[in-house]
Amino acid sequence: MTSDTASSAKTARPGDNRVAPPSMLRRYGSQMGIIGVGIAMWIAFIVVAPSVFLDWDIYKAFAETTPLFGVLALSLTFVVITGEIDLSFPSIMALGTAMFCLTAEAGWPHWLALGAGFLTGLACGWINGALVARLSIPSLVITIGTSFLYRGIELVLMNGTGVALTKAKYGAMLDLFTAHPFGIPVETIWAIGIAIVLWILLNRTKFGAHVFLVGDNPTSADLMGINVVSVKTRAFMLMGVVSVFAGLMTSFVGFYFWPTTGDGALLSTIASVFLGGTSVFGGTGSIVGSLVASYIIGAINAGIVSAGINAFYTQLAFGLVIVVSVVLQTIIARRVRRQSIRGK
Amino acid sequence: MPAVSAARETATGDAPQPVPGRTPIIELRNVSKTFGEVRSLSAVDFKVYPGEIVGLLGDNGAGKSTLVKTIMGYHSPDAGGEIFFNGERIHDWSVARARALGIETVYQERALAEKQPIWRNLFMGREPRNRWGLLDVRRMKAEASRLMSAHMGFTSAAVHPDNVVMTMSGGEKQGVAITRALYFDAKLVVLDEPTMGLSLSETKKTLDFVQGIKTVGKSAIFIDHNIFHVYPVVDRLYVLDRGKVAGVFLKSEITMEQLIDRLYHVARTGTID
Repeated sequence: MTSDTASSAKTARPGDNRVAPPSMLRRYGSQMGIIGVGIAMWIAFIVVAPSVFLDWDIYKAFAETTPLFGVLALSLTFVVITGEIDLSFPSIMALGTAMFCLTAEAGWPHWLALGAGFLTGLACGWINGALVARLSIPSLVITIGTSFLYRGIELVLMNGTGVALTKAKYGAMLDLFTAHPFGIPVETIWAIGIAIVLWILLNRTKFGAHVFLVGDNPTSADLMGINVVSVKTRAFMLMGVVSVFAGLMTSFVGFYFWPTTGDGALLSTIASVFLGGTSVFGGTGSIVGSLVASYIIGAINAGIVSAGINAFYTQLAFGLVIVVSVVLQTIIARRVRRQSIRGK
Repeated sequence: MPAVSAARETATGDAPQPVPGRTPIIELRNVSKTFGEVRSLSAVDFKVYPGEIVGLLGDNGAGKSTLVKTIMGYHSPDAGGEIFFNGERIHDWSVARARALGIETVYQERALAEKQPIWRNLFMGREPRNRWGLLDVRRMKAEASRLMSAHMGFTSAAVHPDNVVMTMSGGEKQGVAITRALYFDAKLVVLDEPTMGLSLSETKKTLDFVQGIKTVGKSAIFIDHNIFHVYPVVDRLYVLDRGKVAGVFLKSEITMEQLIDRLYHVARTGTID
C-alpha cells in the first residue's frame, strides 16, 4: 500500500473492492425491503379507502389485535435463526394459560398463578428443545407431535370448558392487558417493550451471538466451544415463556379463556417471521423485521375488511404479500452477494 | 551433504534445531498408533520448536492425519509413546488438554460461520462483554479492524469488519480462521491442508497468512501433500512414509529440487537414502 491509497479512488483495484465496507443495502437490505412493502401497502390502503385509513380508529384496532401474534413472531425469530421451527406454540399458549386459570381459580394469588403459567411454558419449551437439540429430531416433525401433546393435556385438564375472566375477579390482570394509557392500546406497548428486550437479547448478549452462530454453522460453533444443544434449548424455552404471555394477553383481551386458545395464531406468526426477513435456512434474522412484518400482516387483515373488500380476499392478499416479499428478499440477497464477489 | 537423514539424526541423537538449546513446544517420542491390525504410526519422533513452522509431507495413508490427530488429542498413542509439552511429560493428553495448552486447529471451510460478519467470526465463542454484561460490539469491531490490517494484511482503508464472510475469497477466509486462532493465544496452530481447493492467487494469500504466524512468534504444523506449497513457508520438514518418519530436513540445508528427488526415492523404495 504505497501509492494506491492516494489513487485508490480512481484506480480502484477489484481485489480491494471486494472487502469494501458493506453498503446500506447489503446491511439493512431486508429490513429496508420490509419497511418499503409496509409503506407501499399503507399508501395503497389510503388511496382505496381514505375515509377509513385517515381515521385513528383503524390504527387503534390493529394496535390491539396485532400484538397478540406479534410477540410470538418476536420470540419465534430466535428459534428460526437457530435453524429450527416451533409449531407447538399455539398449544403452549393454551396450556400455560390453562395452568394460570386453574391455579387462580383454585385460590392461588394471581402472581403465583402467573408463575405457574410461565413455568409451564418454560417446561414445554425445554421439552421441545431437548427433543430437537439433544436427540437431533427435526423440529418440524417433533413440534407437531408436542403440539398435539400439549393441547391434549390442556383439553384433559380443562375438561373442554373455558374460564370467564371477569372484571370482579381479575381486575388488575385485565388492566395489565387491556388498558389504554394516553389513548395507546397497552397491547402495542407490550409488543414494543418486548421487542426492545428481545432486540437487546439477540444483538447485545452472548446468547444472542451464539443463536446466530449455531444457526449458521453448528459444526464450527461446536468446535469453538459453543454449547449448541444449550443454545437451541434456551431459544425454545424463550418461545415457551412468550407463548404463555401471548396466551394470557389473548384471553384477557377477550375476557374469556377458551380451551381452543392459540388456534389461528400459527400462520400469521410464521408469516410475520419470514416476511420480516428471517431466513428459513437459519443464521440470519431480525427482530425489527419481525415486528414491522407482524403489523403488516395485521394491517392486511384490518385493512381489507374495513376497506369494504370481501373478507375472502384477505388470504389472497396475505399470500401475495408474503410470496412477493420473500422472493424479493432472495433476489436482493443474491444480487448483493454476486456484486460483492465480482467486486462491482 | 545438505540433507540430514533420518539415520544420521538418530546417530547424532539430536534433530536439527533452528534455535539450539530451546525446549520444543511439543515433542512426541516413540509414538506408535495401531488400529486393530493396521499400524498407522510406528515409533515416530516429532518435535516443533517455538516460532517454528514445520511441514508435514507424505502420501495419502502415510500417517499424516493420524500423527496430527494424536497431537490434537483425538488419538492416544500406544503404550510406550510419550508426549511432552514445553518439556513436561503430559500423561492425560486429550482434546480438552491440548486446547487448554494452546493447540488450535484451523479446519478448512468448516471453520467459519459464512453468513456472519468478520467480527462475529473472530470472536466466536469468546465474545468480550462490557460492565453491564452486554456484548462489547464496538470493541469487537475495533479489534477486528486492527487485527485485519495488522495480521491479515488487508489494506486497512478497504476492509471492514462488517463484511460478511460469505463474500470473501477462499484465501481470505483462511486468513480469518488463522487470525482467530492466533488472537486467542494459540501457541501452536495446526493447519490441515489449508490450500486444498484454492486457486493459485488464493493459495499465495493463505501462505502469506501462514508466514504471519511466525512473525508473531507462534509455531505451526503445516500438513499438505503439495511440496510446492509447503516448502516456501516452512523452516523444517518431516517426510512421513508408511507410518514412519522417512526423513527430517532443515529447509536451509536442502533445495526444493533435492527434496523432490528424495521424495521420489522414498516413494519407490520406502527409505530416504
